Amino acid sequence: MAKAAVRAGLVAVGLAWVLIAQVVLAADAKTYVLEGSKAAALESCVEPTDVMRRKHMELIKHQRDETVHGGIRSSKHSLAGCVECHIRSDAEDVPQPIHHKEEFCGACHAFTAVNLNCFDCHASVPRGPGAERAAHAAFQAVGVDRSVQARPDGEDH
Amino acid sequence: MGKTTEMKDHHEPTDRSADPGPSDSAPSDSGRRAFMGVAAGVTAAVVAPGVVLHSVTAAPRSEAVTSDVRWGLLIDTAKCVDGCSACVDACDRENGLNLQSKPASAPQEHWDDQKAVWIRKVKLQDNQTGRVTNLPLMCQHCEHPPCVDVCPTGASFKRADGIVMVDRHTCIGCRYCMMACPYKARSFIHEVMEDQLTRVPRGKGCVESCNLCVHRRDFGEESTACVDACREAGHEAIVFGDLKDPESNIRRHLAEMASRQIREDLSLNTGVRYSGI
Repeated sequence: MAKAAVRAGLVAVGLAWVLIAQVVLAADAKTYVLEGSKAAALESCVEPTDVMRRKHMELIKHQRDETVHGGIRSSKHSLAGCVECHIRSDAEDVPQPIHHKEEFCGACHAFTAVNLNCFDCHASVPRGPGAERAAHAAFQAVGVDRSVQARPDGEDH
Repeated sequence: MGKTTEMKDHHEPTDRSADPGPSDSAPSDSGRRAFMGVAAGVTAAVVAPGVVLHSVTAAPRSEAVTSDVRWGLLIDTAKCVDGCSACVDACDRENGLNLQSKPASAPQEHWDDQKAVWIRKVKLQDNQTGRVTNLPLMCQHCEHPPCVDVCPTGASFKRADGIVMVDRHTCIGCRYCMMACPYKARSFIHEVMEDQLTRVPRGKGCVESCNLCVHRRDFGEESTACVDACREAGHEAIVFGDLKDPESNIRRHLAEMASRQIREDLSLNTGVRYSGI
């Protein structure tokens, strides 16, 4: 009888632990959007958060064909838009490459051990004249007025 | 190449809508309108004296390119100056080619052969008469491009508007296209790249070449970096435009002056034409 009670107790503790762990993990996942990035000030990404978490790779991959072959640059699913909005600058206002382990893309990809090739070729920080154009188009496509948002690094062109 | 316009959802659908209700969109909309009014006024005041604002006002492309246009260049070799490299330098800056650096272990002459170059200045001499001709040689944007014929993955392709380019997502770096090109127009990136420009993604293991400043095309700008640089250097040797538009600047020039394709014996119908050769 006592044995059964102990066993039931252990099972209960185990179940509770699993539930708590999930809640803690879920809370953890929310921290991938970094303080100081433009994205932190917005309600959600270009799609609802759960869609972005699950399908961002499909959205980007689909968009790359539209952009390379069709020349479409007004999409809200552009990689340059991701970088522009999710980039964070350090204390000296230097934008940090987004695929680095502490940054938005890199942190989650390191956690899930999924290799990230985008930035072998694509710029990992907004760089060069016109770098903000794709992001601007994305903001327009989702109906958020980009112009009212302060850039965290203070260098608005 | 993906032709579908809708994403297929392989996962459970979400019940949340991304569409904000009409009630909460109204105030932000009027705020935006007010801002746009102010912005338009300020822009007009600042820009009115100049002429150069097509690039800023033009919207990014939202519909796929069509074959209603065919982009091309006309190069007047009589105006191309010996020793001038304005177009090459501008191309390097525009496309981030000036960001590549020689690996410490590579000998200089090896690097000169291997670094990525989209425009080459070529000097021709007629040995009988001694006449010297200078010209910039880049991808000729053929109607029937040999690089596209040989590509095993479909990465080398011709866009509907006539631009021949490489889809780096599918390029496997076999360099067959470099062998096939009669103009030696393509380059291969041998080293890991850093500090790429946002507008021109490029990386190790892919072939690349002149794409007629495709980012400028898609954002509605009027010309290419080389054309602008040549004009600023005072030579105006390069004209850019739509080969299918009878009213375009390039068509008017083509109608006036004798021009040729390089290696016209190959019947590639190049989009880049030369006069004075």
